[in-house]
Formats: sequence, C-alpha cells, structure tokens
Amino acid sequence: MTALGTDLGEVAGFAAQHAYLAGVPLLLGLLISLPLGWVALRRRWLTPPVIVGTGLLYTIPSLALFVLLPGILGTQILDPINVVVAMTLYTIALLTRTVADGLGSVPDHVRQAATAMGYGPLRRFWAVELPMAVPVISAGLRVAAVSNVSMVSVAALIGVSQLGLLFTDGFSRSAMGPIVVGVLACVLLALLFDLLILTLTRLLTPWLRAART
Amino acid sequence: MIRLEGVTKEYAPGHAAVDHLTLEAATGEITVLVGPSGCGKTTSLRMINRMIEPTSGHIFIDGQDTAQVPAAKLRRDIGYVIQHAGLFPHRTVLHNVMTVPRLNGWGRARAESRAREVLELVGLPGDFARRYPAQLSGGQQQRVGVARALASDPSVMLMDEPFSAVDPIAREGLQDDILRLQQELGTTIVLVTHDIDEAIKLGHRVAVLRQGGILAQFSSPADLLAHPADDFVADFVGRDRGYRALSFQQADVPVHPEEPVRIGEQLQRRGDQWLLAVDAEGRPQGWVLPAEVAEAAVALEHLHRGGTVSAVDGSLRSLLDAALSSPSGRGVVTRDGVLAGTVRAEEVLSVIQSAPRPDGTSIQGGAGDSDGAAAGVGPQQNEHR
Repeated sequence: MTALGTDLGEVAGFAAQHAYLAGVPLLLGLLISLPLGWVALRRRWLTPPVIVGTGLLYTIPSLALFVLLPGILGTQILDPINVVVAMTLYTIALLTRTVADGLGSVPDHVRQAATAMGYGPLRRFWAVELPMAVPVISAGLRVAAVSNVSMVSVAALIGVSQLGLLFTDGFSRSAMGPIVVGVLACVLLALLFDLLILTLTRLLTPWLRAART
Repeated sequence: MIRLEGVTKEYAPGHAAVDHLTLEAATGEITVLVGPSGCGKTTSLRMINRMIEPTSGHIFIDGQDTAQVPAAKLRRDIGYVIQHAGLFPHRTVLHNVMTVPRLNGWGRARAESRAREVLELVGLPGDFARRYPAQLSGGQQQRVGVARALASDPSVMLMDEPFSAVDPIAREGLQDDILRLQQELGTTIVLVTHDIDEAIKLGHRVAVLRQGGILAQFSSPADLLAHPADDFVADFVGRDRGYRALSFQQADVPVHPEEPVRIGEQLQRRGDQWLLAVDAEGRPQGWVLPAEVAEAAVALEHLHRGGTVSAVDGSLRSLLDAALSSPSGRGVVTRDGVLAGTVRAEEVLSVIQSAPRPDGTSIQGGAGDSDGAAAGVGPQQNEHR
C-alpha cells in the first residue's frame, strides 16, 4: 500500500524504529535523572553543577553528537546504540531539573512527617517523595518525549533507519510526498507518546482527582 | 519517662537554640513545652526522636539513651503529630494510618484492622478510611494525624503544635479528645504549643521556655498561674491568670430552677423577662424575648445564643462565664446536656470568695470559715495537677 509516493509498510517499519529510538532513551534518561535530581536537591553545593551541567548537554548539536559518539563508544557509525545514547543524554538534560523540581515540590511538613514516622531516606524517596513528584516529572517527561521524537529524525543524516529517512529521501528526490508523510507520522508518534504518559500519570495519581471532587 | 539531661543545641557556635535543658516528662502524663517563638520548644521536642541531634547532653526514654538507638527505629516507636497534620496526600486515610505498622513489618491485614480501630478511636469511623486527605477538613486531617501516631500503640507520643492550624471549634474538640485518649491509653505525651491556654488545659505539667531555650519554670498549671517564677513567666501567663486559675476549681454553686419554653411551643407567658428555650430533649438552645416572639410559636430565628453553657459540676470558670455571658444574667447549667437550672454571677463570686484556692489559701483567709455552699469544695483534679 502506498500513499503520496511512499510505501506505507516501509513507513510503519520506520515508525517502529523511530518509537524505539525515542522511547528507550526516555526510560533510560528517566532512570538516570531520578538519582541526579535527588542529589541536586539534597546536596546544596551540588545543585548548580548538576543542574547547569546536565542542562548544557542539550546545547550539544545532535548531529555532532551522532558523529562523535562512535569515536567515544567504539561503536559503528550506523549502530543505533549511538542514537540511543545521544537521546538518553538529551532526556537527562531535560529531566534532571524537572525531577529536582518535582521532589522539591513535596511540602516540608509532609517530608518531616515521613521522617518522623521512621522512614529512612531511601524508603522515604520511593514511598513518599517520588509518588508525590509524579505530576511534575510527568510534565517534564511529555516535553522530553516530543523533543526526542523530533530529534531522532536528525539521525537520518548518518543513515540510521527511522522516519527521518523520509525527509532525506524526499529532499534528494525533490518530492513533497515522503516529507508530508514523515511529518504526519512524527506528529502521530508524539501524540501517542503523550497519550501513553498521560494515561500512566492518571493511573499513578488517583489522589489528584479525588482532591478536586 | 523521658529525661532530658543538660541538652544543648547550637546551630552556630555560641548561639544556643536550646541551652542546657534538663527536665523530666513523667510516664503516663502530658508534659507541655510552651513559650514564645524562638524559645527552642520545637527544637527540644525534635531532639527527643532525633529529628534534630543535640549538640551536647543526653536524652533517655525509660532509661535508654536515645543516641544508642538507630534513629529510624527510635522514631517508629514514638508517635509523632505534626502541625498541619503532614498527612501523605497521595495515600488514603487508611493507608496513612497504616504507615507505621507497615514500617514495623506488620502484614497488610493486621495493619489494616489496627488502622480501622484507631480511626474509630479518634472519631473517624467507616467510609473516612477510603478518602484522601484533601477531601477532609483541617480538623479531620489532624484527627487522622493523631490516629497515624497512635497506630502502632506507642508508649510515647510527641505533638508539635498539633492544633494551632485548625479553627477554634475543631481545636476544642481535638483537645478534649486528646485528654480522653491520653487517659484511656496512658500514653506519655510531650506537646509543644505557643498557646498558654492550651498548655494549661492539656498539661499535667507545663515547662515554660524563654528565648534561647532556657527553662523559666516547670510546674503544674495551677502552680504556674498562682506562683509565676519571675516577670517573664508572669507576663507570658498573661493578665487573665486570676480568672484562668478558676479552671482548676470546682465547687457547689446554688442552682436555681428555671422554667423553660420549648421550641415550637406557643408562649403562655408575656412580659419583658428573658425566657430560656430548650429542644424536645430538654437541651438548652438559647434565650427568647416574649415581645419578639409575639403570637408566633417559638422558633429558631427568635433565639439569642450569646450565653455559654456550663456543666453543673463544671469549673468555677465555666460557671462564672455562663452567668456573665447570659443575656438574662442567669447562667445556664446542664447535667448530661439537659437543662439543670441557672446560676447567678454574684453567687458564683461569693463561692469563689470563700473557696480554698489551689495553693491552699483562700481569699477570706481560711477554708473553714464558710459554710453551706462551700461544703465539699476542693481544687479540681488535685491528685496530679
């Protein structure tokens, strides 16, 4: 099946690749941002270097990162691992501050109550601070998801298979069709990620809806 | 028993928030730490469960040096009630209350049945358990806070300004409940407040702290009111201390019969005399002026509710207040909530004149020279206050 001069089967394959390259780094980035954000919040002297340092990662041009990483990691230039690592770095850049903000949004008296009940720092983090930070972290995650989906397409320039290839293809053939299809697929994918994050957030925060009734 | 021994907390060298504080909170009693802001009362409280570590000195709970117990373990054995309740907003009331039992390794079922038990105990039965904290009023939240602190049946409970953020009516109810619970459970409680009235109402013993965490006086509430140790304490205890001290005195005051009218009833009597209205069960509701009721039946909109109501065996303070606050000058007294009669201010005052005071003296210079009304007079709850 074709549309606007593209093979939709091929587009679906690209989309799956694209989802993988944008989604896996989202999870990895979140996992790494949690301890980073926690440390940034808990150790005052570490706040500026961690927040500014991770934030600066975002200013590295993605194309440069895609080209540089094989040299650093010892991988092949076409290895999708490069893209995963690069996107993970961008996710960390976006999420570390959000995680710190989210954990910081837990009211002081709640944190103190948790300590007074006899929670150690680690249990308190999992049982009280993290669940309460979910709404803020989720907002950051949605931004990071959209950013990842859009940025992954740049990897087409180094030939990694995903929706971005539709843009390079359209460009080289001076054809609008693949470009339009690529943009639509990217938007659809971003919406899908957004919906997924929203649904998960809803499931994790029944208490927020109860508060409004 | 909780014993603080020369406990000092310095946040910066030479600037003590608490300075060599030594005091004992007796087992099974409520000890209140009271003082102006900056007197180190909260710091002192938090050093007991090691939320704050003392710079020097020792704290013992039943002879055990708290510094020798791992902090998290120590805290699980001590109930803690914080200002604003500090409930976990993401957990239901039930799960909030289950927190400490679960931390102590109880199974889910056992923790849950215990949580329902304590919720009942603090007056939040049934469907409150499934709600989230944001769905409760401030007073209800603090009840959950108390339930959460009681869930693992601690022998010691710390309360940090527990009622200062709730409205006055809810506060009074909570205070009464704490007194009742403490008596039922025999918990050793250390409570921090800046409100001297609350300190006097709740404390078996009251420690007044001054700026810089120095103990100014540690004594029973009655003693505090009768014999402030110095100007600071006298000042802090306030102007109304003579009146407040009446809270600790109880005496028989002549009760006059009162012929009430029932709400919904047609008035048989006329004139400009205030009449007391009661409901179907005989509970006082307010005062009415016959002129305002005219031909109508007595209804809620006719009621003047200015007067306070005292129990017939209430303190001299509440009896006097009932008489003084009543628009008719007749103070309403009840027995088990039902109208018992009225008292007169001048008669309450004459009983006060002749009654022995908490410190054993009497205004007339001796307890023996009055008769009748003062028979059986004695300081209230003198066993421990």
